Amino acid sequence: MFGWEFPPHISGGLGTACYGMTRGLAYNQVDVIFVVPKSYGDEDQSSVKLIGASQVPIKRRTYSFTKGIPGTQEQANESHPYEMTYIEVGSHLIPYLSPEEFQKQTHEHLRSNTLTINDIDLGTEASSSISSEVVGTLDFSGKYGSDLMQEVSNYALVSSEIAHEQNFDIIHAHDWLTYPAGIAAKRISGKPLVVHVHATEFDRSGENYNTVVYDIEKSGMEEADLVITVSNLTRNIVISRYGINPDKVVTVYNAVEPGNDDSHGQYVKSVDEKVVTFLGRITYQKGPEYFMEAAHKVLKSTANVRFVMAGSGDLLRKMIRYAARLGITEKFHFTDFLKGQDVDHMFAISDVYVMPSVSEPFGISPLEAMRSNVPVIISKQSGVSEVLKHAIKIDFWDVDAMADAIYGLVTYEALPLMFRRYGREEVNNLKWENAAFQIKCHYINLLYPSNPMP
Amino acid sequence: MKNICLYFQVHQPFRLKRYRFFDVGNDHYYYDDYLNKHILKKVANRCYLPTNDLLYNLLTKHSGQFKVSFSLTGLLMEQLELYSPEVIESFKKLASTGHVEFLSETYSHSLCSLSDPEEFASQVKLHREKIESLFGVTPTVFRNTELVYSDSIGEQVAKMGFRTMLAEGAKHVLGWKSPNFVYYNVIDPRLKVLLRNYKLSDDIAFRFSNRSWSEWPLKAETYLSWLKSTPEDEGFINLFMDYETFGEHQPVESGIHQFLEHLVQQIVKDPDIGFAFPSEIADKHHSVGPLSVPYPSSWADEERDLSAWNGNEMQKEALNKIRSMRNLVIQANDPDLTKDWAYLQASDHLYYMSTKFFADQSVHNYFNPYNSPYDAFINYMNVISDFFIRLEKKTNRIFYKGVSIEELSGGLLENAIKDYEGVLKALRQRRGVEKKVIDNKVVSTQKSTVGKSKPRSTGKI
Repeated sequence: MFGWEFPPHISGGLGTACYGMTRGLAYNQVDVIFVVPKSYGDEDQSSVKLIGASQVPIKRRTYSFTKGIPGTQEQANESHPYEMTYIEVGSHLIPYLSPEEFQKQTHEHLRSNTLTINDIDLGTEASSSISSEVVGTLDFSGKYGSDLMQEVSNYALVSSEIAHEQNFDIIHAHDWLTYPAGIAAKRISGKPLVVHVHATEFDRSGENYNTVVYDIEKSGMEEADLVITVSNLTRNIVISRYGINPDKVVTVYNAVEPGNDDSHGQYVKSVDEKVVTFLGRITYQKGPEYFMEAAHKVLKSTANVRFVMAGSGDLLRKMIRYAARLGITEKFHFTDFLKGQDVDHMFAISDVYVMPSVSEPFGISPLEAMRSNVPVIISKQSGVSEVLKHAIKIDFWDVDAMADAIYGLVTYEALPLMFRRYGREEVNNLKWENAAFQIKCHYINLLYPSNPMP
Repeated sequence: MKNICLYFQVHQPFRLKRYRFFDVGNDHYYYDDYLNKHILKKVANRCYLPTNDLLYNLLTKHSGQFKVSFSLTGLLMEQLELYSPEVIESFKKLASTGHVEFLSETYSHSLCSLSDPEEFASQVKLHREKIESLFGVTPTVFRNTELVYSDSIGEQVAKMGFRTMLAEGAKHVLGWKSPNFVYYNVIDPRLKVLLRNYKLSDDIAFRFSNRSWSEWPLKAETYLSWLKSTPEDEGFINLFMDYETFGEHQPVESGIHQFLEHLVQQIVKDPDIGFAFPSEIADKHHSVGPLSVPYPSSWADEERDLSAWNGNEMQKEALNKIRSMRNLVIQANDPDLTKDWAYLQASDHLYYMSTKFFADQSVHNYFNPYNSPYDAFINYMNVISDFFIRLEKKTNRIFYKGVSIEELSGGLLENAIKDYEGVLKALRQRRGVEKKVIDNKVVSTQKSTVGKSKPRSTGKI
């Protein structure tokens, strides 16, 4: 299985999902070799064999490069061929950044102009060059790569090596950053490839999508023997926007790891008002402005409520200015990025959790909220709305409905009571064991197509 | 000779429009006129009008041999008058044959029988008056909303003067006993109870068009043979169902109307079997024993209990809220408020909040305007909030934490006194300040020469 992050080193829902999935697969007697770009050594390896790509003893290779880094000196010497003697696969495959943003972020870390790009951008070429040009061990300098595409293809190079050394039956790749790796591994091993779509480029960027990413996603899905999507919403996107044969696209809903029941006691709510929370990246995709507009409407009618926007993202500053313009800053709070215990704390003191996502392939956070007995309002444009019954579902743009639901939850006492009674039970029934069992069935169908399992 | 008692319930609620919390206090009209009209017209065209025509033909053709009974809720009659008066006319035509019995029930299709005997009695009275004014007959048999029955409800009904009441022949009520006998109320034995034969009723009402049912397609002959195969000594069979069965629950295309027509013709032809009104059955048959129903039963869902209306916290809260307003409504004595109160009491609003059948919502979803029970609850509570504000305004009552002063007691009463004393004190202080300011002004204006300094307005609160 190719991923790019694994707890505790996570920046989003994907690491959590991979963790749950591998545990669920272990429960179903499936052995998993999990490959991440870099493992730190402190991950939970109880149920998986975790391989950091940076730990793989890979022989040194030599490659020829023709392109320089855009925006740096090398670009001027574009046609000049470079010899590269190391491949780095650092830990900096950052899941939620577009290639442009990634480059911007890593730009300051460029330490020398010896860094170069290889122009092998897809697994196909990568694998062919590996097999022919092996000269030494792979040297990880720990330096940052110059752009995301290089990282992705480096990862693919390493993956094909892993595909050589390890024994396995199925290749399972999570999201586009690992698709080239998956394809490379498939080319080397001839084993069936499953790609798991947790999000598509359309979810991340809307209509202004990055065509390079789109191409990688498309080739990954085309190359795959099976495409698993996290919701029917995503399945439809895969079929209609990527033109993938519906027969090989299946939906397996995510689940949530059971939480510890008594984490609540240790957190004390310090305000009298009801607390309504938005928790997630503050980006276009998550619909923060709709949350704020709803908050504005609610605050006009009742004083007994406070709003919290927890997270960070490119719209954070805009949101702060927006709150100021609406004149609600007194009751509308920002926390910046929360992780680990702070998230638990936030859920523990919340009375309502809102996820107004414009586009959300699945959205695991409402499940975490419900696990903490917090009633949730979710947008119908989220995959999770396909599985949840005990949640209020609204259209993300329907600020009136959102405001009404928030008002109802903080005003009519019977409502949160209902959610506490049924919501938690519902979430506890969404087990990774079951999701993993479905995945296992799909594996078996791939390996033994003559005996299909349900 | 075996008698078939055919009884149809006819009801449509006034469904609420989408009512947001920011409408509270601003918008006092709660109903989705378009939706209500649309649904009523649709049901009228698919069910009420064609089935009434069919029944009229059968009633006139087999004069006296075919009989049928109805109960129409007050809310339905009001809606028909508004949107489909031709249906009222067609019911009048049915009534004119003399072979139709109209039953009594609650005006609002409400559950007030469970908690509020006074409201119950007043709704039954209101309903009777409506039936009298439209059809010129006075009902003598009672059927409660959703066939809700318990010993104490039966007692209340007997007190109102009824001697016959319909109820569900639920398994948990009857045990080994048969529904095809007359029973009497344990508290007031003068009240006879007629029980619905749910097996034979539901064969038509729920299973008729179900293709996975082993008996599909059901023929009138087959059904007749089932009716006749009941034991000799069971003198009658009660078939009670929603009138919407004919053309709505069972679609027109399923042949439900033809089935009804043939069944009636077969029964009329057959010398061993005939039709009777509920009142006739109660007159003809002695009761065989007492019926003990300590907990209310109904004809809804598998459980045949009240869980479809008060099974969860939301429903209980909504029910309590609406119940608690009765005294205010009476005190307000305002026709608009009284009307809204009648509409808001319909049990349908509670039914939409049921979380029982998330998996199997087919029946619950019928004409349900909401996406989810939560949605239904929030909308209803918003409406109720506005309704309450109107009541408060109209009655000029003072409320302390949502409780009217007249109903305060105990610690809450003490708290209220303390709080209001605090407010009074603050008000007196304010008056003192105000007085000083005015005094000063008077002094200053007297001092100043002709109107040069205009008196500044004092800070208004």
